[in-house]
Amino acid sequence: MKPVSPFLELEEGPRVSVTFDGATLDLPEGANLAAAMLAAGVDVFRHTPVSGAPRAPYCMMGACFDCLVEIEGVVRQACMVAVKGGMDIRKPHGGDDGPV
Amino acid sequence: MDRFDLAIVGAGPAGMSAAQEAAGHGLRVVLLDEQARAGGQIYRDVDRVARLRGDILGADYTNGARLTAGLRHDAIHHVTAAVVWAIEEGFRLCYTKDGRGAQVAADRVLLATGALERPMPLPGWTLPGVMTAGAGQIMLKQSGVLARRAVLVGSGPLLYLIAAQMVRAGTPPLAMVETQTLADRVRAMRHLGGALRGWRYMLKGVKMLAEIARARVPRHIGATGIAIEGEGRAEALRFTRRGRAHRIACDTVFLHHGVVPNTQAARSLGVTHRWRAGQSCFAPVLDDWGSTDVPGLFIAGDGAGIGGAKAAEIAGRLAVLGLAAQAGRLTEAERDRHAAPLRVALARDLAARPFLDAAFPPFAEALSPADDTVICRCEEVTAGSIRGHARLGCLGPNQAKAFGRAGMGPCQGRYCGLTVTALLAEASGRSPDDTGYYRIRPPLKPVTLGELAAMEGSATETAEKETAT
Repeated sequence: MKPVSPFLELEEGPRVSVTFDGATLDLPEGANLAAAMLAAGVDVFRHTPVSGAPRAPYCMMGACFDCLVEIEGVVRQACMVAVKGGMDIRKPHGGDDGPV
Repeated sequence: MDRFDLAIVGAGPAGMSAAQEAAGHGLRVVLLDEQARAGGQIYRDVDRVARLRGDILGADYTNGARLTAGLRHDAIHHVTAAVVWAIEEGFRLCYTKDGRGAQVAADRVLLATGALERPMPLPGWTLPGVMTAGAGQIMLKQSGVLARRAVLVGSGPLLYLIAAQMVRAGTPPLAMVETQTLADRVRAMRHLGGALRGWRYMLKGVKMLAEIARARVPRHIGATGIAIEGEGRAEALRFTRRGRAHRIACDTVFLHHGVVPNTQAARSLGVTHRWRAGQSCFAPVLDDWGSTDVPGLFIAGDGAGIGGAKAAEIAGRLAVLGLAAQAGRLTEAERDRHAAPLRVALARDLAARPFLDAAFPPFAEALSPADDTVICRCEEVTAGSIRGHARLGCLGPNQAKAFGRAGMGPCQGRYCGLTVTALLAEASGRSPDDTGYYRIRPPLKPVTLGELAAMEGSATETAEKETAT
């Protein structure tokens, strides 16, 4: 079930399925991944390696690195990636393992 | 490796106008930009978005399509989604595209890397749900995604613009919590005479404020003691105004108290920067044509000092006139003749800037945050730690890295550098210039070994080719 998102999408378009930490998300194809995940109700993208604090996109322009996710094994900035069907997305460093 | 007369980094207003101007003078140009489509942050995705949401975003945004159209020219090689991670003198530019490293060479380089939001470290600013106001606007422009229950916090024209755009899109912000004071307004008044020459900006401001007022968005001016509350994500904003405590429940907090030049690439090349007191930021030292103290390296747009999109567009053209003359493509007389009307337009466009800088100064509490506030988001270093380093004898930002890892994370100090300089300067009683800034080294953005291994024209590949011939 789609969680209630603090964000609203103005347009409808073709959607594709991706997984985030095993859960399926239907996101607009070709959309900015960070914005699409926020609109789909994802509020925590990663936990920091220092204290394990939750983080989510902050700058949306590739400068802050707070939206880091692991896509098919490579850690990338979600705000610099376009949505493609079938993407396997995870929190970096194994997600909820806490401080590394 | 391809060689060009000019390499431009950044396809915002300065980079796009510069590319067009350079092509017009017969220069072969490579334009490298991180985004998939031209526009920079101000005209983000304008070619695709103008018809979808142009009415919400306004004519100042849709006009950007004029600049993107100018990129369609045989002499302009626009490389999209290219992350530049090293610029070597001479010049060789290393970038990553589609998971592969690549390089281009150029006789001259123009950095048009634009601005970043000024860091606004407040209690709770690292919580999910807290973003820059620019991020809110980028989501609206590129993705048509709007915050349902947002509070806008800070000061400056960008806050009014995004508030007005949210009103037009049908989801006005819950409130605006503004940090500028009546005293700031009074101080700004001495610049009003000059500002009226930039009357278009002043008129736009009045119109935006009217739109915000019509939508009955509450404005709290002169707020202090601002903090974001929440367990695991932003849930409310607390602040004090005229001695009274306020709390606004919300899902999203958009922070903004000005933008500052993105100087990472320029600093990696050793360009001299100086503290600009009127804008409370470092800016590169340039001549009238945007030329730096590194031969052949030019800077234009907000990366050279904050002036806004129109000024950036003009500065991009002026820099190209300067470098084309240097390259012998124009005589000095031709250069000056082309530049004269641009200089008049630039002066007119910048006329309102001293008023805006004085009326909407950075939020004092965020320039000197409380001890337990995180200032380096990557390494979770607090303001108190930096003050502690200073007591132990740490004099500059580079030493602060060794003392406590501030600025060592993937953002490389982009969102803590100015705060670290300010805190160390405050503790030692020295100026920001004497305190200095982080030394920036390549890679400017992380690059994977796989991307390096897949580099076209890498040193080994070139050597193999040379051996074969």
